[in-house]
Amino acid sequence: MGKSSNIVSKEEVVIRFSGDSGDGMQLTGTLFSDTAALYGNDLTTFPDYPAEIRAPQGTVGGVSGFQVHLGHSEIETPGDYADVLVAMNPAAVKANAIWVKKGGTIIYDKDNFTGKNIEKAGYIKDPVTEEKLETYNIIAAPISSMVKEALKDYGLDPKSVLRTKNMFALGMVYWLFDRKLKYTEQYFDKKFANKPQIAEANKVALRAGYYYAETIEALRPVIKIQPAQIAPGTYRNINGNTSTTWGFLAAAEKAGLNIFVGSYPITPATGILEEFAARKDLGVKSFQAEDEIAGICSALGAAFAGNLAVTSTSGPGLALKSEAIGLAVMAELPVVIVNVQRGGPSTGLPTKTEQADLLQALYGRNGESPVVVLAASSPADCFHFAYEAAKIAIEHMTPVILLTDGYLANGTEPWKIPDMKDLPAITPPFADKNEMPFLPYKRNCDTLARFWAIPGTKGLEHRIGGLEKTAKGTVSHIPENHELMVNFRAEKVARVAEKIPGLKIRGADSGDLLLVGWGGSRGYLVSAVRELQKEGYNVSFVNFNYINPLPKNVREVFSKFKKIAVAELNLGQFAGYLRSKYSEFSYEQINKVMGMPFTTTEIKDKCIKILEDN
Amino acid sequence: MTELHPYQYTPKDFKSDQEVRWCPGCGDHAILNAVQKALPELGIPKEKFVFVSGIGCSSRFPYYMDTYGFHGIHGRASAIASGVKIANPELSVWQITGDGDALAIGGNHFIHTVRRNIDLNIILFNNEIYGLTKGQYSPTSEKGLVTKTSPFGTIEEPFSVGELVIGARGRFFARTVDANVTLSTQIYIEAARHKGTSVIEVLQNCVIFNDGIHDNVTNRDFRDDRTLILRHEEPMIFGKENDKGLILEGLKLKVVKVGENGITVNDLLKHDAKEPNPGIHYMLANMRYPEYPVALGIIRSVEGNTYENDLELQIKEIKKNTEIRSMDDLMHSGSTWKVK
Repeated sequence: MGKSSNIVSKEEVVIRFSGDSGDGMQLTGTLFSDTAALYGNDLTTFPDYPAEIRAPQGTVGGVSGFQVHLGHSEIETPGDYADVLVAMNPAAVKANAIWVKKGGTIIYDKDNFTGKNIEKAGYIKDPVTEEKLETYNIIAAPISSMVKEALKDYGLDPKSVLRTKNMFALGMVYWLFDRKLKYTEQYFDKKFANKPQIAEANKVALRAGYYYAETIEALRPVIKIQPAQIAPGTYRNINGNTSTTWGFLAAAEKAGLNIFVGSYPITPATGILEEFAARKDLGVKSFQAEDEIAGICSALGAAFAGNLAVTSTSGPGLALKSEAIGLAVMAELPVVIVNVQRGGPSTGLPTKTEQADLLQALYGRNGESPVVVLAASSPADCFHFAYEAAKIAIEHMTPVILLTDGYLANGTEPWKIPDMKDLPAITPPFADKNEMPFLPYKRNCDTLARFWAIPGTKGLEHRIGGLEKTAKGTVSHIPENHELMVNFRAEKVARVAEKIPGLKIRGADSGDLLLVGWGGSRGYLVSAVRELQKEGYNVSFVNFNYINPLPKNVREVFSKFKKIAVAELNLGQFAGYLRSKYSEFSYEQINKVMGMPFTTTEIKDKCIKILEDN
Repeated sequence: MTELHPYQYTPKDFKSDQEVRWCPGCGDHAILNAVQKALPELGIPKEKFVFVSGIGCSSRFPYYMDTYGFHGIHGRASAIASGVKIANPELSVWQITGDGDALAIGGNHFIHTVRRNIDLNIILFNNEIYGLTKGQYSPTSEKGLVTKTSPFGTIEEPFSVGELVIGARGRFFARTVDANVTLSTQIYIEAARHKGTSVIEVLQNCVIFNDGIHDNVTNRDFRDDRTLILRHEEPMIFGKENDKGLILEGLKLKVVKVGENGITVNDLLKHDAKEPNPGIHYMLANMRYPEYPVALGIIRSVEGNTYENDLELQIKEIKKNTEIRSMDDLMHSGSTWKVK
């Protein structure tokens, strides 16, 4: 094919597939990333789709995108700017032009860049000149007419023919990155086993795109990205919502408990309920409740009955669950509340990401109502923190709020599949059947957790509830008892700190600047710090996953840096929280509330500015 | 009534060590007695009973039962009880609630629980008033009732509990009077035996804030003439002299006197609680004095699939045909690749 003379190697590359909601861009991106992962690249992906299921065709509001960042070394983010943009229509150029690297490659469907579509996207005549993209590597491919030509003898209706446009585009991208078509072809054979005609049409379009790219001169050189150095093991691609769900399933299996999920559909958390509902094979009891409140209340009932209980939601739903979380605090039952954060307040930006529910998670209840709060950092480590959340909830008999976000929920990355036998044990603190009478609020001296007496167990009949009680379980309004119990509940949560790992510093353990992040923005912050370190700055990074209680070594870590900057996708909630806990340090803030993740570039710029300010 | 079973409990076995704190003369005391009388008859080991409540006077109930109990939050007892029952269908789960708890703040959970037909026994104490907050009107208060929050009379139409249950596709609805412990006990036993959501409305007297609200039908002096105790497959007959009955005239129920106009007992409607079509149950549940006697007893009791049972069946069926039997199986299913 004459490729060998025309190949360049690159460390990493970012590709964005973009088109109308109906153009199949999510599938195209997924197939591309699966092929890249099978080849051995490290990668991270992020889908970006409109809130409307079918926004008006051809408009910017209806553009659906899927970004893949793959590389030869560790990839932490879906990337800031794309090296290659595939645009199926003018609106896709409109929505994404600013996200393409200067001089990058833009592949578009020339047949779709016609009068009406150009107008709908808000252009007058020519998107390329109007966006000043003349210096870019523009590939105007007649994708629609090429698939029509390639499939003219296959007896398909025109709609089905045009539906293969995305595969033509994917074929071109495979050529550009020297990828094999085999995996994608197998996918179609399997997916359309009962419709061989459709499978064949997609394969033909894919190959047609591949050979078209080979023929035209413009798509050279071919870009080669060597496989990454990845720890040995079996891998799969996983998104945050699935990974979260599986973390709970693993915890239930390890603890020997049945699992119950009570949830109400809400974007972007619905994927969790859907995955639970699909897992009847593992005995999951999933209950689609009539509302958010019934979701958590049914979970509390199931926790009382001895199940690992989970409820999943997003910000507005967490608000509705507040009172019941307070009941869980009082009843001291293990329940995990997952909040897949989205842009707020109110309905806000349902399909976009934000980290602005931190204070709601920490404090959004009446009374002294401490809960454990954890936050996951990447799609794959949602598994780990869901498992941790369940372990802490069970072993400490407390509600735990697990914060993920829209970016983690929908993003995917390769995940090294763990072995169940390697996961830490989970030991439910069951009440001793022989210890009668059972005192519902008698505590374990070490953790201060009460014991779990499961209905159906003879001799352990007892009553719990939202009213303040004595250790015996008797309702009590005695002032001293209330204070005692409030302190017990606070101390019980505080003592979880004994069981959690300390902060890990990325970089030197002292220096000019410590960049601090929490939860889902880790990838961008790590990438920025890595680049800053390469450029010679004395910058280190810590990421918090344990929000309440905080790890024990915070003071020790913070004290060795001249400056501390807290970066988060809100107006400074974690910075404020740190100020209240560790007031001896001063905190710079890097904030963003645009419904999207940080970019590595902006973090770098802000860090440099903070370093230069005196 | 007593049947042979291995558990020989007496009502005393179900009394907890807590002092009962309802107002003296409150109808709740009698309801507690009736429940404690009913449970020993069921042949269920004590540790399998769970009482769940919301908030309100009635909701203190679980503390007085020596069983597993969960005193929840306002309006949410149906949701909590649903979770308990779905998690462990072996348990006998009872929800104790009031007209405010179940029909105002908890209305949504109530109707959806009934719709799903989860096997719960819901005892709804209907005193047509908010007692614990000291006397505000409730969703069942008669229109015009003067209370602290309706000083000039309410301007809202009340809910009828039976109508709501049937409207939510309920399969078991019964009504009783707090003071009638014998009838109540029988109903609780039947409700417990019924598979599916059983709702029992108890006309309950609040001695402090709404005293005598049900008196015009429950008073000893005229209750026989103003209530009709329905029994499955028996004629709908009532009255002190047992001489009044119900017939269907056109599309409406009509009260007739046996012996007048040639009407005999055989002309009266026979109660069929098991009839799936709820038409007549709806009319019976909505009978109001003085036009009609108020219906007591089991108005509707129709068998049907329960949510928790169908869920278990679905799980069993899917488990039969899957290759995924553990987390290791699941995590290695679908597309994976090996890195060496």
